[in-house]
Amino acid sequence: MGKQKVNSVLPPGSYYFSGDEAVAEGAIAARCGYCAGYPITPATETLERLSVRFGEVGAAFMQMEDEIASICSCIGASWAGAKAMTITSGPGFSLMQEAIGYAVFTETPLVLVDAQRSGPSTGQATRVGSGDIMQAKWGSHGDYLAIALSPWSVQELYDQTINAFNLAERFRVPVFVMAEEATAHLHERIEVGAEVELFNREKKPGAPPFGTEEEDGVPPMPVFGDGEKLLITGSTHDEWGVRKITHPEIHRKLVTRLQKKILNRSQEIIQYDSHYLDDAQVAVICYGFTARSALFAVEQLRGEGKKIGVLRLKTLWPFADELIKDIGSRVGKIFVPEMNMGQVAGEVMKYAACEVVSYGQVNGEIVHPHTIIEQLRRLV
Amino acid sequence: MVRELEKYFRPGIGVTTYCPGCGEAILQGLILRAIDELKLNMDEMLFVSGIGCAAWIPSPYFNADSLHTLHGRTIAFATGAKMVNPKLKVMVISGDGDLADIGGNHLIHGARRNMDMTVICANNQNYGMTGGQVCATTPEGALTMTTHQGNPFRPFDLCRLVKAAGAVYVARYAVTQPVAMVRGIKKALQTEGFTFIEALTPCPVQFGRRNKLGKPAEMLKDLMTKCISEEKAETLSTEELKSKIITGEL
Repeated sequence: MGKQKVNSVLPPGSYYFSGDEAVAEGAIAARCGYCAGYPITPATETLERLSVRFGEVGAAFMQMEDEIASICSCIGASWAGAKAMTITSGPGFSLMQEAIGYAVFTETPLVLVDAQRSGPSTGQATRVGSGDIMQAKWGSHGDYLAIALSPWSVQELYDQTINAFNLAERFRVPVFVMAEEATAHLHERIEVGAEVELFNREKKPGAPPFGTEEEDGVPPMPVFGDGEKLLITGSTHDEWGVRKITHPEIHRKLVTRLQKKILNRSQEIIQYDSHYLDDAQVAVICYGFTARSALFAVEQLRGEGKKIGVLRLKTLWPFADELIKDIGSRVGKIFVPEMNMGQVAGEVMKYAACEVVSYGQVNGEIVHPHTIIEQLRRLV
Repeated sequence: MVRELEKYFRPGIGVTTYCPGCGEAILQGLILRAIDELKLNMDEMLFVSGIGCAAWIPSPYFNADSLHTLHGRTIAFATGAKMVNPKLKVMVISGDGDLADIGGNHLIHGARRNMDMTVICANNQNYGMTGGQVCATTPEGALTMTTHQGNPFRPFDLCRLVKAAGAVYVARYAVTQPVAMVRGIKKALQTEGFTFIEALTPCPVQFGRRNKLGKPAEMLKDLMTKCISEEKAETLSTEELKSKIITGEL
């Protein structure tokens, strides 16, 4: 158990996929054993592909009656021993929030791909947005922390879907792949290697499934049918799963451990790219599809001698707070373009000592490189 | 529940959470009796329950894998587990509010898909755990904490609903019919596909008290007089049938 290299399911080589198709192939590469979902634009194509491909590789696919049933069946499947995934967009992500809290509290590994579209509500169902970022952090009630990734290309939708399964199994936590309509429906060439590195669930027969000696530990995870007589509940519980619904110390310890098991390992989880930051006077902090426009814009302005750098966040939660604190102490200004009203900009302002300029665009279109160039010219 | 069935209880469980006079403790014993008579291996069973009094029947008491889930979503959770490990003998045990109100959609879709699981719905005609509010099985006119002038709406006939949705075995028994109930649960467990038992159980503390149905013993007696077989029902007039409940395989 733990990390191991396995052969890729797809023969190594180049493929021309949409983002949705890449998610499906990433799940297959990660040996996902169960996927349930409900049709929703712009995520439907992943379901359609998996309904065919899972039949070929011997995994189980279910189209459920709604998004709540989809994620709940994934939690059941995860405890029955499968790597499980559900796929949706904003309205479905909203419906799934209660079950996300259940998955966090019962430490159930789960991958959720949210192909974001412009909201709120039905919004513009076929247009792009990035408005679910804070929902990935705070959407379910109570205090918790999950992991959210932000891919910027079809290649990364493939790679980060695999990474999401590894993180989910490693930390026993739901992991969100925050795709966007623009990447979900984009067709690009991707490279598939000969091997994939996977993390497989740790089992330890007889060990408590919900507690460890360490205050930030990740317990081993048994599955149904192992004879462990599992007791799984969304109520506060001790290390054996026994309900403890009035004990202050047990609740504090559990809620704190679930945060610490992620936060204390954030260096292991957080991934980012940086470009031209060494001598930068202005830093652009970006993620997802917007980072494509931002990098193009910065390279244009670099050609004119403007000292601008780019930090692209590949992991949104846990947040790269230390890194942003450091950048904020070295540059004069930080610019944050995004397809929402400043959800990540608000987080950057918490940690950066310098001036932070938010550019939030909510018109259902991608942030164009020329828009970013125009905005940056005002700052430099 | 008799002492010999205590071997199915999780070690260390001292007390149960039922109110005085609750019929769910009887149902708990009858479910274990059926499992015992069929000699099922508890290590191959998965009990899934939701939120509410009846969700406590298997969890934490039964010494087997148990998944105590969100309110209403039991059948969805159970579906995922069964899809991944078909060897699991899946039993969903929950209440009427959980399975038929908030979870009604999952109930009919589980039946439509004919997922291989046995669902036991403890019907106590109200939301007991939250203090006795109206639910989808509360009789018309009944008093509850949210229908002080009487329930203005008709109740679901759960067996007809689930049968129409495609369940392969559907039966209704009251906890006052222990022998028939055990036989029904056994048959449900032995039948492949989606099987459903509606277990009528009195709730003296929350429902009986407000509707002046008397002490627990009187509520049990009332169930004994009301519950009749389909054959018996055929001999009665429409007017006579109004006060009766048809039980048996439906």
